[in-house]
Amino acid sequence: MKAVARSVTVTALVTVLGTGAFWCGTDGFKAFTAETARRADILRTPRPLPAAILEDQDGRVFRLDDYRGRLLAVEFIYTRCTTICNSLGAAFKQIRDRVPADALGRDVALLSISFDPGHDDPANLKAYGTRHGADGEHWRIVRVRDADQLQALLGAFGIVVIADRFGGFEHNAAIHLVGRDGRLAEIADLDAPLRFADRLREAL
Amino acid sequence: MINAATRAGIGLRILVALYLLLATPAARTWLEATMSGHMLVQIPLLAALGFIACRLLPEAWQETLLAAAGGPVPHVVVALFASTWWMLPRALDEALTHLPAEAAKFVSLPLLVGLPLALAWRRLGSIGRGFLWTNFISMLAVLGWLYIAAPVRVCNSYLVDQQESAGWLMVKLAVLLFAGWLASLFVGGHAECGASDITGAKAAGTLGRASPQNST
Repeated sequence: MKAVARSVTVTALVTVLGTGAFWCGTDGFKAFTAETARRADILRTPRPLPAAILEDQDGRVFRLDDYRGRLLAVEFIYTRCTTICNSLGAAFKQIRDRVPADALGRDVALLSISFDPGHDDPANLKAYGTRHGADGEHWRIVRVRDADQLQALLGAFGIVVIADRFGGFEHNAAIHLVGRDGRLAEIADLDAPLRFADRLREAL
Repeated sequence: MINAATRAGIGLRILVALYLLLATPAARTWLEATMSGHMLVQIPLLAALGFIACRLLPEAWQETLLAAAGGPVPHVVVALFASTWWMLPRALDEALTHLPAEAAKFVSLPLLVGLPLALAWRRLGSIGRGFLWTNFISMLAVLGWLYIAAPVRVCNSYLVDQQESAGWLMVKLAVLLFAGWLASLFVGGHAECGASDITGAKAAGTLGRASPQNST
Protein backbone atom coordinates (compact mmCIF):
# COMPACT_ATOMS: atom_id res chain seq x y z
CA MET A 1 0.00 0.00 0.00
CA LYS A 2 2.85 2.32 0.83
CA ALA A 3 4.44 1.53 -2.53
CA VAL A 4 1.21 2.39 -4.36
CA ALA A 5 0.87 5.71 -2.53
CA ARG A 6 4.46 6.50 -3.37
CA SER A 7 3.91 5.62 -7.01
CA VAL A 8 0.83 7.84 -7.22
CA THR A 9 2.57 10.77 -5.51
CA VAL A 10 5.68 10.61 -7.69
CA THR A 11 3.58 10.19 -10.84
CA ALA A 12 1.51 13.26 -9.95
CA LEU A 13 4.64 15.25 -9.17
CA VAL A 14 6.33 14.23 -12.40
CA THR A 15 3.20 15.03 -14.41
CA VAL A 16 2.94 18.49 -12.89
CA LEU A 17 6.64 19.16 -13.46
CA GLY A 18 6.50 17.85 -17.02
CA THR A 19 3.42 19.88 -17.88
CA GLY A 20 5.06 22.93 -16.33
CA ALA A 21 8.17 22.40 -18.42
CA PHE A 22 6.08 22.14 -21.58
CA TRP A 23 4.06 25.19 -20.61
CA CYS A 24 7.22 27.27 -20.16
CA GLY A 25 8.99 25.74 -23.13
CA THR A 26 6.17 26.40 -25.57
CA ASP A 27 5.03 29.81 -24.30
CA GLY A 28 1.83 28.40 -22.85
CA PHE A 29 1.28 25.66 -25.47
CA LYS A 30 1.33 28.26 -28.23
CA ALA A 31 4.80 28.24 -29.76
CA PHE A 32 5.85 24.79 -30.93
CA THR A 33 8.26 26.01 -33.58
CA ALA A 34 11.24 28.33 -33.31
CA GLU A 35 9.51 30.72 -35.70
CA THR A 36 6.41 31.25 -33.54
CA ALA A 37 8.65 31.44 -30.48
CA ARG A 38 10.71 34.19 -32.13
CA ARG A 39 7.57 36.17 -32.85
CA ALA A 40 6.11 35.78 -29.37
CA ASP A 41 9.42 36.72 -27.78
CA ILE A 42 9.74 39.92 -29.77
CA LEU A 43 6.16 40.98 -29.02
CA ARG A 44 6.94 40.63 -25.31
CA THR A 45 10.31 42.35 -25.38
CA PRO A 46 11.23 44.44 -28.43
CA ARG A 47 14.79 43.64 -29.36
CA PRO A 48 17.61 46.16 -29.92
CA LEU A 49 19.36 45.79 -33.26
CA PRO A 50 23.10 45.90 -33.93
CA ALA A 51 24.64 48.71 -35.95
CA ALA A 52 24.95 47.94 -39.64
CA ILE A 53 26.29 49.82 -42.65
CA LEU A 54 23.98 49.41 -45.62
CA GLU A 55 24.51 49.99 -49.33
CA ASP A 56 21.45 50.60 -51.47
CA GLN A 57 20.54 49.97 -55.10
CA ASP A 58 22.21 53.24 -56.19
CA GLY A 59 25.41 52.53 -54.29
CA ARG A 60 24.57 55.00 -51.52
CA VAL A 61 26.00 54.02 -48.15
CA PHE A 62 24.13 54.74 -44.93
CA ARG A 63 23.45 53.30 -41.50
CA LEU A 64 20.50 51.34 -40.20
CA ASP A 65 20.41 53.82 -37.32
CA ASP A 66 19.56 56.59 -39.78
CA TYR A 67 16.00 55.31 -39.66
CA ARG A 68 15.62 56.12 -35.96
CA GLY A 69 12.49 58.12 -35.33
CA ARG A 70 10.60 56.48 -38.18
CA LEU A 71 8.67 53.25 -38.41
CA LEU A 72 10.58 50.82 -40.56
CA ALA A 73 9.28 47.72 -42.32
CA VAL A 74 12.04 45.21 -43.01
CA GLU A 75 12.16 42.08 -45.14
CA PHE A 76 15.12 39.81 -45.89
CA ILE A 77 15.65 38.65 -49.46
CA TYR A 78 18.15 37.59 -52.09
CA THR A 79 17.58 38.80 -55.59
CA ARG A 80 17.97 35.45 -57.38
CA CYS A 81 15.15 34.03 -55.27
CA THR A 82 12.26 32.97 -57.46
CA THR A 83 9.84 31.77 -54.80
CA ILE A 84 9.22 33.24 -51.39
CA CYS A 85 11.05 36.54 -51.97
CA ASN A 86 8.59 37.33 -54.75
CA SER A 87 5.75 36.93 -52.27
CA LEU A 88 7.69 39.16 -49.91
CA GLY A 89 8.13 41.75 -52.65
CA ALA A 90 4.41 41.62 -53.47
CA ALA A 91 3.51 41.90 -49.77
CA PHE A 92 5.80 44.89 -49.39
CA LYS A 93 4.22 46.58 -52.37
CA GLN A 94 0.77 46.13 -50.83
CA ILE A 95 1.99 47.61 -47.57
CA ARG A 96 3.61 50.56 -49.31
CA ASP A 97 0.41 51.28 -51.24
CA ARG A 98 -1.62 51.25 -48.03
CA VAL A 99 0.52 53.74 -46.17
CA PRO A 100 -0.75 57.34 -46.59
CA ALA A 101 1.39 59.15 -49.16
CA ASP A 102 2.27 62.01 -46.82
CA ALA A 103 3.54 59.61 -44.15
CA LEU A 104 5.71 57.66 -46.55
CA GLY A 105 9.31 58.69 -46.19
CA ARG A 106 8.56 61.15 -43.41
CA ASP A 107 7.32 58.68 -40.81
CA VAL A 108 7.41 55.29 -42.54
CA ALA A 109 10.08 53.62 -44.63
CA LEU A 110 10.52 50.18 -46.16
CA LEU A 111 13.76 48.27 -46.43
CA SER A 112 14.53 45.07 -48.29
CA ILE A 113 17.80 43.67 -46.99
CA SER A 114 19.72 41.14 -49.08
CA PHE A 115 21.64 38.44 -47.23
CA ASP A 116 23.58 37.52 -50.36
CA PRO A 117 25.98 40.48 -50.69
CA GLY A 118 28.40 38.50 -52.84
CA HIS A 119 25.95 38.29 -55.71
CA ASP A 120 23.60 41.17 -54.97
CA ASP A 121 25.52 44.21 -56.14
CA PRO A 122 23.68 47.53 -56.61
CA ALA A 123 22.73 46.59 -60.18
CA ASN A 124 21.01 43.40 -59.07
CA LEU A 125 19.40 45.19 -56.13
CA LYS A 126 18.08 47.81 -58.53
CA ALA A 127 16.65 45.16 -60.85
CA TYR A 128 14.88 43.51 -57.90
CA GLY A 129 13.49 46.88 -56.82
CA THR A 130 12.23 47.70 -60.30
CA ARG A 131 10.64 44.28 -60.57
CA HIS A 132 8.62 44.81 -57.40
CA GLY A 133 7.84 48.50 -57.81
CA ALA A 134 10.20 49.93 -55.21
CA ASP A 135 10.93 53.63 -55.69
CA GLY A 136 14.44 53.47 -54.28
CA GLU A 137 13.74 56.30 -51.81
CA HIS A 138 10.98 55.34 -49.42
CA TRP A 139 11.48 51.70 -50.23
CA ARG A 140 15.14 50.87 -50.69
CA ILE A 141 16.80 47.59 -51.55
CA VAL A 142 20.09 47.21 -49.68
CA ARG A 143 22.88 44.82 -48.89
CA VAL A 144 25.16 44.57 -45.87
CA ARG A 145 28.70 44.32 -47.19
CA ASP A 146 30.40 43.41 -43.94
CA ALA A 147 29.98 39.69 -43.25
CA ASP A 148 30.12 40.05 -39.45
CA GLN A 149 27.57 42.85 -39.47
CA LEU A 150 25.29 40.78 -41.66
CA GLN A 151 25.55 37.80 -39.34
CA ALA A 152 24.85 39.98 -36.30
CA LEU A 153 21.86 41.53 -38.03
CA LEU A 154 20.42 38.18 -39.12
CA GLY A 155 20.98 36.86 -35.60
CA ALA A 156 19.15 39.79 -34.00
CA PHE A 157 16.23 39.44 -36.40
CA GLY A 158 16.23 35.66 -35.96
CA ILE A 159 16.65 34.93 -39.66
CA VAL A 160 18.19 31.53 -40.45
CA VAL A 161 19.57 31.25 -43.97
CA ILE A 162 20.61 27.87 -45.31
CA ALA A 163 21.85 27.03 -48.77
CA ASP A 164 19.60 24.73 -50.77
CA ARG A 165 20.74 22.23 -53.40
CA PHE A 166 20.14 24.56 -56.33
CA GLY A 167 22.59 27.31 -55.44
CA GLY A 168 19.89 29.35 -53.75
CA PHE A 169 18.83 29.75 -50.15
CA GLU A 170 16.00 28.82 -47.89
CA HIS A 171 15.12 31.26 -45.17
CA ASN A 172 12.30 32.05 -42.79
CA ALA A 173 10.30 34.77 -44.48
CA ALA A 174 8.32 37.39 -42.62
CA ILE A 175 7.67 41.10 -42.41
CA HIS A 176 9.44 42.84 -39.57
CA LEU A 177 8.47 46.09 -37.92
CA VAL A 178 11.22 48.21 -36.37
CA GLY A 179 9.86 50.87 -34.03
CA ARG A 180 10.88 54.52 -33.82
CA ASP A 181 13.29 53.60 -31.03
CA GLY A 182 15.20 51.32 -33.43
CA ARG A 183 14.03 48.12 -31.77
CA LEU A 184 12.53 45.16 -33.54
CA ALA A 185 8.94 45.35 -32.33
CA GLU A 186 6.88 42.86 -34.29
CA ILE A 187 7.09 40.08 -36.83
CA ALA A 188 4.13 39.40 -39.11
CA ASP A 189 3.28 36.64 -41.52
CA LEU A 190 3.92 37.56 -45.11
CA ASP A 191 0.49 36.35 -46.18
CA ALA A 192 -1.23 39.02 -44.09
CA PRO A 193 0.36 42.24 -45.38
CA LEU A 194 -2.85 44.23 -45.16
CA ARG A 195 -3.20 43.59 -41.44
CA PHE A 196 0.40 44.67 -41.03
CA ALA A 197 -0.27 47.83 -43.04
CA ASP A 198 -3.33 48.62 -40.92
CA ARG A 199 -1.32 48.32 -37.73
CA LEU A 200 1.35 50.50 -39.28
CA ARG A 201 -1.28 53.14 -39.99
CA GLU A 202 -2.59 52.92 -36.46
CA ALA A 203 0.91 53.55 -35.16
CA LEU A 204 1.26 56.75 -37.17
CA MET B 1 30.01 -13.25 -10.72
CA ILE B 2 33.30 -11.41 -11.22
CA ASN B 3 33.14 -12.40 -14.83
CA ALA B 4 29.69 -10.84 -15.25
CA ALA B 5 30.83 -7.71 -13.44
CA THR B 6 33.87 -7.24 -15.66
CA ARG B 7 31.74 -7.88 -18.71
CA ALA B 8 29.35 -5.15 -17.57
CA GLY B 9 32.33 -2.89 -16.95
CA ILE B 10 33.62 -3.41 -20.47
CA GLY B 11 30.11 -2.89 -21.86
CA LEU B 12 29.72 0.40 -19.98
CA ARG B 13 33.10 1.56 -21.23
CA ILE B 14 32.07 0.84 -24.81
CA LEU B 15 28.83 2.75 -24.27
CA VAL B 16 30.68 5.74 -22.84
CA ALA B 17 33.04 5.65 -25.83
CA LEU B 18 30.06 5.58 -28.22
CA TYR B 19 28.46 8.43 -26.31
CA LEU B 20 31.61 10.54 -26.52
CA LEU B 21 31.88 9.69 -30.20
CA LEU B 22 28.32 10.95 -30.77
CA ALA B 23 29.22 14.12 -28.89
CA THR B 24 32.22 14.98 -31.09
CA PRO B 25 31.63 18.04 -33.28
CA ALA B 26 32.21 15.97 -36.41
CA ALA B 27 29.58 13.36 -35.54
CA ARG B 28 27.16 16.02 -34.41
CA THR B 29 27.54 18.06 -37.60
CA TRP B 30 27.17 14.93 -39.69
CA LEU B 31 24.05 13.58 -37.97
CA GLU B 32 22.43 16.97 -37.46
CA ALA B 33 22.95 18.00 -41.07
CA THR B 34 19.65 16.40 -42.00
CA MET B 35 16.40 16.32 -40.12
CA SER B 36 16.19 12.54 -40.51
CA GLY B 37 19.69 12.04 -39.14
CA HIS B 38 18.90 14.28 -36.19
CA MET B 39 15.45 12.93 -35.32
CA LEU B 40 15.67 9.33 -36.41
CA VAL B 41 19.33 8.44 -35.79
CA GLN B 42 20.98 10.69 -33.21
CA ILE B 43 18.09 11.10 -30.80
CA PRO B 44 17.09 7.40 -30.73
CA LEU B 45 20.75 6.39 -30.39
CA LEU B 46 21.18 8.64 -27.36
CA ALA B 47 18.10 7.16 -25.73
CA ALA B 48 19.22 3.63 -26.62
CA LEU B 49 22.61 4.23 -25.00
CA GLY B 50 20.84 5.13 -21.76
CA PHE B 51 18.63 2.06 -22.03
CA ILE B 52 21.52 -0.37 -22.56
CA ALA B 53 23.69 1.31 -19.93
CA CYS B 54 20.90 0.82 -17.41
CA ARG B 55 20.74 -2.89 -18.27
CA LEU B 56 24.45 -3.23 -17.51
CA LEU B 57 24.04 -1.91 -13.98
CA PRO B 58 23.88 -4.54 -11.23
CA GLU B 59 20.33 -5.85 -10.94
CA ALA B 60 20.08 -4.82 -7.30
CA TRP B 61 20.85 -1.21 -8.21
CA GLN B 62 18.18 -1.23 -10.90
CA GLU B 63 15.65 -2.52 -8.38
CA THR B 64 16.66 0.10 -5.81
CA LEU B 65 16.44 2.90 -8.37
CA LEU B 66 13.05 1.72 -9.57
CA ALA B 67 11.66 1.42 -6.04
CA ALA B 68 13.16 4.73 -4.90
CA ALA B 69 11.33 6.65 -7.61
CA GLY B 70 7.98 4.97 -7.03
CA GLY B 71 7.84 2.03 -9.42
CA PRO B 72 7.35 1.74 -13.16
CA VAL B 73 4.53 4.26 -13.75
CA PRO B 74 6.39 7.47 -12.89
CA HIS B 75 9.36 6.23 -14.88
CA VAL B 76 7.20 5.78 -17.96
CA VAL B 77 5.66 9.23 -17.47
CA VAL B 78 9.10 10.85 -17.26
CA ALA B 79 10.21 9.06 -20.42
CA LEU B 80 7.04 10.14 -22.24
CA PHE B 81 7.51 13.79 -21.32
CA ALA B 82 11.20 13.86 -22.16
CA SER B 83 10.82 12.03 -25.47
CA THR B 84 7.89 14.22 -26.51
CA TRP B 85 9.95 17.30 -25.77
CA TRP B 86 12.57 16.29 -28.31
CA MET B 87 9.88 15.82 -30.93
CA LEU B 88 9.05 19.54 -30.82
CA PRO B 89 10.45 21.31 -33.89
CA ARG B 90 11.36 24.16 -31.62
CA ALA B 91 13.53 21.94 -29.44
CA LEU B 92 15.39 20.67 -32.51
CA ASP B 93 16.07 24.20 -33.72
CA GLU B 94 17.19 25.28 -30.30
CA ALA B 95 19.59 22.35 -29.96
CA LEU B 96 21.18 23.45 -33.22
CA THR B 97 21.55 27.10 -32.33
CA HIS B 98 22.16 27.07 -28.56
CA LEU B 99 24.89 24.98 -27.01
CA PRO B 100 23.11 24.62 -23.62
CA ALA B 101 20.08 23.16 -25.39
CA GLU B 102 22.36 20.73 -27.24
CA ALA B 103 23.95 19.72 -23.93
CA ALA B 104 20.50 19.28 -22.40
CA LYS B 105 19.63 16.96 -25.28
CA PHE B 106 22.72 14.83 -24.72
CA VAL B 107 22.00 14.56 -20.99
CA SER B 108 18.23 14.19 -20.99
CA LEU B 109 17.83 11.56 -23.69
CA PRO B 110 19.91 8.84 -22.00
CA LEU B 111 18.98 9.81 -18.45
CA LEU B 112 15.31 10.76 -18.79
CA VAL B 113 14.23 8.53 -21.66
CA GLY B 114 16.50 5.48 -21.96
CA LEU B 115 17.21 4.87 -18.29
CA PRO B 116 13.65 5.15 -16.90
CA LEU B 117 12.29 3.06 -19.77
CA ALA B 118 14.83 0.32 -19.10
CA LEU B 119 14.01 0.39 -15.39
CA ALA B 120 10.28 0.22 -15.94
CA TRP B 121 10.13 -2.12 -18.93
CA ARG B 122 10.60 -5.40 -17.07
CA ARG B 123 7.84 -4.57 -14.63
CA LEU B 124 5.33 -3.61 -17.29
CA GLY B 125 2.69 -6.15 -18.17
CA SER B 126 1.54 -6.74 -21.71
CA ILE B 127 -1.00 -3.92 -21.38
CA GLY B 128 1.66 -1.43 -20.30
CA ARG B 129 4.01 -2.45 -23.08
CA GLY B 130 1.18 -2.44 -25.58
CA PHE B 131 0.25 1.08 -24.49
CA LEU B 132 3.81 2.28 -24.96
CA TRP B 133 4.20 0.64 -28.35
CA THR B 134 0.90 1.93 -29.74
CA ASN B 135 1.51 5.35 -28.25
CA PHE B 136 4.97 5.57 -29.76
CA ILE B 137 3.93 4.22 -33.16
CA SER B 138 0.90 6.47 -33.50
CA MET B 139 2.90 9.50 -32.40
CA LEU B 140 5.55 8.72 -35.00
CA ALA B 141 2.94 8.31 -37.73
CA VAL B 142 1.02 11.47 -36.83
CA LEU B 143 4.19 13.54 -36.55
CA GLY B 144 5.45 12.14 -39.84
CA TRP B 145 2.17 12.97 -41.51
CA LEU B 146 2.26 16.49 -40.07
CA TYR B 147 5.75 17.00 -41.48
CA ILE B 148 4.64 15.83 -44.91
CA ALA B 149 1.43 17.84 -44.96
CA ALA B 150 2.58 20.98 -43.14
CA PRO B 151 2.29 24.02 -45.39
CA VAL B 152 5.14 25.69 -43.50
CA ARG B 153 8.70 24.88 -42.68
CA VAL B 154 8.58 23.77 -39.04
CA CYS B 155 12.32 23.98 -38.43
CA ASN B 156 14.20 27.10 -39.43
CA SER B 157 17.38 25.05 -39.62
CA TYR B 158 16.14 22.50 -42.13
CA LEU B 159 15.01 22.67 -45.73
CA VAL B 160 11.41 21.91 -46.63
CA ASP B 161 12.37 18.84 -48.67
CA GLN B 162 14.30 17.50 -45.66
CA GLN B 163 11.22 17.97 -43.56
CA GLU B 164 9.23 16.02 -46.11
CA SER B 165 11.75 13.18 -46.37
CA ALA B 166 11.94 12.96 -42.57
CA GLY B 167 8.14 12.84 -42.52
CA TRP B 168 8.02 9.98 -45.01
CA LEU B 169 10.72 8.10 -43.11
CA MET B 170 8.70 8.47 -39.91
CA VAL B 171 5.54 7.17 -41.54
CA LYS B 172 7.43 4.21 -43.06
CA LEU B 173 9.12 3.48 -39.75
CA ALA B 174 5.76 3.61 -37.97
CA VAL B 175 4.27 1.11 -40.43
CA LEU B 176 7.31 -1.16 -40.09
CA LEU B 177 7.31 -0.99 -36.31
CA PHE B 178 3.59 -1.67 -36.22
CA ALA B 179 3.98 -4.71 -38.47
CA GLY B 180 6.92 -5.92 -36.39
CA TRP B 181 5.06 -5.42 -33.14
CA LEU B 182 1.98 -7.20 -34.47
CA ALA B 183 4.12 -10.07 -35.75
CA SER B 184 5.90 -10.34 -32.42
CA LEU B 185 2.52 -10.63 -30.71
CA PHE B 186 1.54 -13.58 -32.89
CA VAL B 187 4.96 -15.20 -32.96
CA GLY B 188 5.47 -14.50 -29.27
CA GLY B 189 2.09 -16.07 -28.55
CA HIS B 190 3.00 -19.18 -30.54
CA ALA B 191 6.39 -19.40 -28.92
CA GLU B 192 4.78 -19.30 -25.51
CA CYS B 193 2.29 -21.98 -26.53
CA GLY B 194 5.16 -24.03 -27.94
CA ALA B 195 7.15 -23.53 -24.78
CA SER B 196 4.26 -24.69 -22.62
CA ASP B 197 3.74 -27.68 -24.95
CA ILE B 198 7.37 -28.61 -24.57
CA THR B 199 7.33 -28.25 -20.81
CA GLY B 200 4.08 -30.19 -20.79
CA ALA B 201 5.66 -32.95 -22.85
CA LYS B 202 8.73 -32.90 -20.66
CA ALA B 203 6.57 -33.13 -17.60
CA ALA B 204 4.66 -36.01 -19.16
CA GLY B 205 7.96 -37.63 -20.13
CA THR B 206 9.38 -37.44 -16.65
CA LEU B 207 6.11 -38.73 -15.31
CA GLY B 208 6.14 -41.50 -17.87
CA ARG B 209 9.69 -42.35 -17.01
CA ALA B 210 9.04 -41.95 -13.34
CA SER B 211 6.19 -44.39 -13.19
CA PRO B 212 8.03 -47.46 -14.53
CA GLN B 213 10.90 -46.62 -12.20
CA ASN B 214 8.40 -46.60 -9.41
CA SER B 215 6.95 -49.87 -10.47
CA THR B 216 10.32 -51.56 -10.47
